[in-house]
Amino acid sequence: MKRKHKRLSFVGLALLLIAAAAALVLNAYEESIVFFHSPTDIIEKKVSSDRRLRLGGLVEEDSVQKKADAVVVFNVTDLSNSVSVRYRGILPDLFREGQGVVAEGIFKDGVFQADEVLAKHDETYMPPEVADALKKSGKWDAMGEEMKRQGHTPKDSK
Amino acid sequence: MLHRFANPTRFLRLADIIQPWMAWATVLLMGAGLYMGLVVAPADYQQGESVRIMYVHVPSSWMALFCYTGMAISAAVGLIWKHPLADLIAKSTAPIGASFAFLSLLTGSLWGKPMWGTYWVWDARLTSMLVLLFLYLGYMALIEAFDDPTRGTRASSILVLVGVVNVPIIKFSVDWWNTLHQPSSVLKMSGPSIDASMLWPLLLMALAFTTYYLWVMLIRVRAEVAANRIRNLRFRQARGQGED
Repeated sequence: MKRKHKRLSFVGLALLLIAAAAALVLNAYEESIVFFHSPTDIIEKKVSSDRRLRLGGLVEEDSVQKKADAVVVFNVTDLSNSVSVRYRGILPDLFREGQGVVAEGIFKDGVFQADEVLAKHDETYMPPEVADALKKSGKWDAMGEEMKRQGHTPKDSK
Repeated sequence: MLHRFANPTRFLRLADIIQPWMAWATVLLMGAGLYMGLVVAPADYQQGESVRIMYVHVPSSWMALFCYTGMAISAAVGLIWKHPLADLIAKSTAPIGASFAFLSLLTGSLWGKPMWGTYWVWDARLTSMLVLLFLYLGYMALIEAFDDPTRGTRASSILVLVGVVNVPIIKFSVDWWNTLHQPSSVLKMSGPSIDASMLWPLLLMALAFTTYYLWVMLIRVRAEVAANRIRNLRFRQARGQGED
């Protein structure tokens, strides 16, 4: 074997090993790499109530209630489960019903007490006229699209 | 084929021809892309005018990944086949790629504040992109850290190759984990989910960034070749004086 072939196989082998190591590490730490948990994750895994975490999903339609003293109560859903969230503060501009959000806080008495709410933008880019045209023609299914993207298929109710 | 252009003199002759074309292409494409993106393209139905940040943000992110991949390939060619020109291309690409990574992080942060409500979060996409910037900076520091340039090149080439695992992690981070960053709009299986009126300015800008990279990279490689020649001349001169 010529020296450059030796070097080639050495570099190739080293890259494979590094990739395998990276895959194992990332797999093992998946829990800490994910930025937020869906309502289904939280309900099924019975997350302990004293742990701070981030909850992500869509703001459920017709669930936003503005209360006194800048308090907002709304539901975050992944279309199979939903969690009630209470937040006091200024909401981001993109916050609206049907929009993706990530809330950070802790559970208290079955309600998620958020102290930070971030809007999650989706990957659809279009001019307002196109959005209006889609809505008129009934092809607007942003919510379904959003869920498909997040890898959740709405489950049948148990 | 590869060996033919590994000869620095032949490469420089080719670079002389390509370089002015890349310069003009950059000026024209960047001008057209900026005009299309900032003036002609419509505002977004949700983001409004802030969507225009994308025309700089997305091409810089693509180029940061492209430059790193190019650097890794050049570093591998330099390590395995010992082509000094490949090492010079890797070295010349690093600061350009680092600038793209920085620009991507900066513009993303400026977009994040009005859209997400925060400049920065530690999600998988943002964090892995920051790691890419650090890999670039680490490479640039390491290659200069040795008195003997061949040792610096060897050590930094190994660093680049180890860091190449980060490239697929950045690309697929938005698919593998829940992130605040949105998934890919253009390079995805189901076709682009971006309106054609916004996709064209974006592609123009991406092309402009690519020709800009080639242009500046050629200038830098030329400077590196010249610096090497000066170093060799000085070395020979010093040796000649020592013998007297």
